[in-house]
Amino acid sequence: MIRSLPNSTGYKYGFRVYVALFFIFLLLPLIAVSALAFNDSSAITLPWKGFTLDWFFANTDDRVGLFADEGLLTSIWISIQTAFAMALLSTIFGTIASLLFDKFNFRGKGLLYFFAIAPLVIPGVILGISILLASTAVGGEIESIFGVDAEIFSPGFWLVVIGQFSFGATYAMLLVSARLKKFDHALEEAALSLKATGLQSIWYITIPFLKPAIIGAFVVTFLMSFSNFNTTIFLVGSDPTLPVDLYSRIKFSSTPVLNAVSFMIVLSVSIFAFINLIINRNKK
Amino acid sequence: MENNKKVFYILLAPVLLWLVFLIIVPHIELLISSFKPNSGDGFTLENYSAFFADKIYWKTFINTTLYAIGVTLLAFVVSFPIAFYLTKVVSRKYASFLTLLLLIPLWIGELVTIYGWVTLLGDNGVINESLKFIGLIDKPLPLLYNNISMTIGLLYMSMLFMIVPIMTTLESLDDAMIEAASDLGASKWTIFRRIVIPHSMPGIINGSIIVFMLVIGDYVAPNILGGKSSLWFTEQIYNQFLSTFNWSQGAAFGFLLLGISSITIWMALRLSGQKLDKVGE
Repeated sequence: MIRSLPNSTGYKYGFRVYVALFFIFLLLPLIAVSALAFNDSSAITLPWKGFTLDWFFANTDDRVGLFADEGLLTSIWISIQTAFAMALLSTIFGTIASLLFDKFNFRGKGLLYFFAIAPLVIPGVILGISILLASTAVGGEIESIFGVDAEIFSPGFWLVVIGQFSFGATYAMLLVSARLKKFDHALEEAALSLKATGLQSIWYITIPFLKPAIIGAFVVTFLMSFSNFNTTIFLVGSDPTLPVDLYSRIKFSSTPVLNAVSFMIVLSVSIFAFINLIINRNKK
Repeated sequence: MENNKKVFYILLAPVLLWLVFLIIVPHIELLISSFKPNSGDGFTLENYSAFFADKIYWKTFINTTLYAIGVTLLAFVVSFPIAFYLTKVVSRKYASFLTLLLLIPLWIGELVTIYGWVTLLGDNGVINESLKFIGLIDKPLPLLYNNISMTIGLLYMSMLFMIVPIMTTLESLDDAMIEAASDLGASKWTIFRRIVIPHSMPGIINGSIIVFMLVIGDYVAPNILGGKSSLWFTEQIYNQFLSTFNWSQGAAFGFLLLGISSITIWMALRLSGQKLDKVGE
């Protein structure tokens, strides 16, 4: 049944087979997509026609590899910039929100907290369209009153960042809050009784304690932004992020260069994950 | 105390900025837009009457909701044994490695993993070619662009959100409880039904809520993996916003989607006696 109890052979092996099948189901698409990046063929599927690195490096009329594909490289770069800005904003606001809800009791706190966690249960498409509608309305007002075209309110880089930040801050807040629960408030009181101001005690005592969670929140929101499609698609301007670019290419013009990009993503995430595993293991 | 008040307002201001301008106002704007005619000003119910007048809209809406509930149940059935295995059965040495493997597809992102399923399930995809190679079939099986491939995609991108909360609740279940029940002669089935499932109920509810929301709001899996007949309600919203540019109609559809997903989640919380606050944990 569990580790400490004797198990029948059928239970033990039956369970193992199921878990093995599950992990095959989990990893098969990633392995397939990565392997086909090295297929010497213009189709994204089998048959296998030999090994090539064309889909990374080629730059000919019928084959453009990842590192020669200007469009793809640009969308990767835009995604990195977007993710960095979104993660930074989300982490700052999320940390502030977690401190607010942890330290203070005030009228309307329950309602405010409800709105803060609402993005967990609001589908991304709804956040996308409502932010698009609101920003278009505001942009229209500004234009009719001041006669200037307020670019930040029309679809483009900053609207994507803002749209993703609207839910990113929620996740950052929850990650930081989880660590804040373990914080010994006596430390802050000690700082206050030694004549630190409220802000000083937060900055010098609480924030350093929260640092691992804040870094974690930054990484998580960065990855969320990098892979987001549902909200981004409505807010994106003429420069697509990587998921938006991938979507239109899968739909209309797929070549193995998509496998090459996918392979790079699979590889970087895996390396990152294993570094993380080793660091955590050494800590124990 | 004067000092404390200052800190309070410094923390409150950014939080209000975020919630008022990015959560509250946009959703009010969504509601207002859904009552506007497509061009010009005024108040109209035509966006909602169009929904009820055209069978394709409300049928897709109902189908999507029922389908999302089905995928949520499926995700629970598939995920629960995995969550149990990783927390209670497998030796601790491998547990953290296997848990990490679970998370990798999540961080890789939906587009890449869905694309992976395209390369697996296509006519010349890995599965069909393998079956042909071992001689089981001559002609490729139609694996892609139907409800089954769509379900696989939806399950794949959402099931991790079921496994992780269930694992969290199972970790807090003391093994001694299971040992005691077993010593007293309870069968495995009884232990699962009377101890393991009730204890992990909060995790199951949290997972189900997140999975349901992700599935009902998903676009990529139905659109890329689904067939012509696999209509998904989000596709109607995308069409209104990105092809026909009837934003008011799209806003009404969006509000209906928000409504059905909120009601379903509220009912799940109500039936289980749980609070929304707990969903994020």
